[in-house]
Amino acid sequence: MEITVRGLWTMIHGMGFGALYLMACSGALVELYRRYTSPLGPEIKIEDERFMRIYLTAMAVLAWITVLTGAYIIYPWYRAAPPPGTTNLAEFPQRLLMSNPSTSAWHSIGMEWKEHVAWLVPISITMAAAVFSQYRRSLRIHPELRAAVLGFVWISLFAAGIAGFFGAMLNKNAPVAGGPTITIVQGGQK
Amino acid sequence: MAGAPKAKLNPNGPGAAAVLAAGIGALAVAVFAILADKVAAIKILMNFYKPTGPLSGVTTGAIVLWLVAWAVLQWRWSRRNVKVKHVTVVALILLFLSLLLTFPPIADLF
Repeated sequence: MEITVRGLWTMIHGMGFGALYLMACSGALVELYRRYTSPLGPEIKIEDERFMRIYLTAMAVLAWITVLTGAYIIYPWYRAAPPPGTTNLAEFPQRLLMSNPSTSAWHSIGMEWKEHVAWLVPISITMAAAVFSQYRRSLRIHPELRAAVLGFVWISLFAAGIAGFFGAMLNKNAPVAGGPTITIVQGGQK
Repeated sequence: MAGAPKAKLNPNGPGAAAVLAAGIGALAVAVFAILADKVAAIKILMNFYKPTGPLSGVTTGAIVLWLVAWAVLQWRWSRRNVKVKHVTVVALILLFLSLLLTFPPIADLF
């Protein structure tokens, strides 16, 4: 069982940071609705507020790590130009997708949308974490600010979903692979 | 009750500043991406880090604009109550526009 360094980084970026963000986002929405939407809602303890503050801040850090690893580690491998005369495009995913009309839209629509829409996620969740940290339980009596926080968290979930979906499909059609190979488990002979 | 203090009515200005700045930053991602795609000179200008290409400049530029907008709005609204309902509606429209404008078939209409 082997994986290339580029494949490992892609997995860490998508299945590690990205997927974790998506799951965390669902949890944040549940908690925000459950505790902060009604002035008559359940009592909020200081520990609950502290937990939520740390949770949203961790989500913001996770979102930034996700987009930064995507843009500055994986994307350069994805868009690398092959040397003239290259016939095997396996290590040049963008060129591989564009070389075939049945896969080119995965780049021209999928990657082109993903590479930009993903950046709405850290901007949105950083704002949500900052506003929550400042207002905490007062969000119950600031309905418009609460609506803004919830709206931005919802759209961050949607944007992260778009990025995650296209990331998975792009990697299925033209995996980011190459670089040194890491052997995880040495298989036995059949 | 210990451990459960009452909510204080803080001014809404700082929250509104963060919300509107996030909307501005989100829209900046889409606008810079369209400009870098359509104008050759801007595409070259946005190439901050060659392996990543114009995406590096598009996103760095948008982040800088977002943070500057946040700092300026925070400075202006830090002790004020503003019409936060209007601010929220505008910010959500900007964010929604950004979602649409980053979608390539729509971005290609420009």
